[in-house]
Amino acid sequence: MDPAAAKLIGAGLACSALIGAGIGIGLIFGNFLQGALRNPSAAPAQFPNLLLGFALAEATGLFGLVIALILLFVKL
Amino acid sequence: MIDWFISAAHAAAAEGGSHHDAGGFNPMHQFTIDRYVHIKLFGYDASFTNSSLWMVMGTGLVLAFLIYSMREGRLVPTRMQSVSELTYEFVANMVRQNAGNAGMAYFPIIFTIFVYVFAMNMLGMIPLPGLGNFTVTSHIIITFALAMFVFLGVTLIGFYKHGIKFLKLFVPSGVPALLLPLISVIEIISYFTRPISLSVRLFANMMAGHTMLAVFGSFVVGLGAAGWLSPVAFLPFIFMVALMGLEILIAFLQAYVFAVLTCIYLNDALHAGSH
Repeated sequence: MDPAAAKLIGAGLACSALIGAGIGIGLIFGNFLQGALRNPSAAPAQFPNLLLGFALAEATGLFGLVIALILLFVKL
Repeated sequence: MIDWFISAAHAAAAEGGSHHDAGGFNPMHQFTIDRYVHIKLFGYDASFTNSSLWMVMGTGLVLAFLIYSMREGRLVPTRMQSVSELTYEFVANMVRQNAGNAGMAYFPIIFTIFVYVFAMNMLGMIPLPGLGNFTVTSHIIITFALAMFVFLGVTLIGFYKHGIKFLKLFVPSGVPALLLPLISVIEIISYFTRPISLSVRLFANMMAGHTMLAVFGSFVVGLGAAGWLSPVAFLPFIFMVALMGLEILIAFLQAYVFAVLTCIYLNDALHAGSH
């Protein structure tokens, strides 16, 4: 295979890490809403944890995006 | 591995520059580093770049705001003073919750890290005439330097407080003896990847966010050719406003996450024996 083409395909595949990030963010917000609707008085105290979980889950997917950017822009 | 990331940012920036000169659109152009004043120190390139300029602007703004708002130090705060006090209380609560009262000794450095990262992230959201748009924290070398500083500092504090007992951190209590070698190896690896994950998290969020903003911004400009009042041009514009909101949220969140994780690492060093 042409190395340039392989690089582009690899970069595309590396972006599939974002699937996991999407699932993770959905789970976090879904479960938070579920918990918050069951016990609304306990919800505000957990808001920082919600944001922390969101940021951590999103970052994990972005690691994959970094790999894609390395493949695209670093001359190996 | 870190060399890769550094050269990735450089190559991305260089690529962006050359493409821009050719007249095409490149979302990576915003990460280009320009040297304003060429300085060579002991064979190293220590030029005053646009990155340095934005850093000076950011720290200058924060310093000016904090000093100006606190100049009277009233008991009943004015509006500006209460913004400073809110920031202080926010970070102080974060340190107390995550690192305990012993962590309050290190409050100044954590406050500095939080405010610095937050100011750089937010300043990156504002395009300035003549300077364009530049986010200092979208460069791995900046975030890695910050993370390495935190990592080395926390490790030194750990050894200073506990001596050789600090190594207990890698031997969690209550683990079956059979699993202990495996768990220890995992703990050691996860400890040494901390600076990488801490820095890449911030860098990747900023870089991906600003690349996305540039790409969607180009859609707005492209469809604007269809006439500014036509719905095809207007819808991406509304979407862009929402994306800016998301990016501002992320700018705050990443500064918060960076500071919280610093507190958590500090907690590990301060209370190494107690878990």
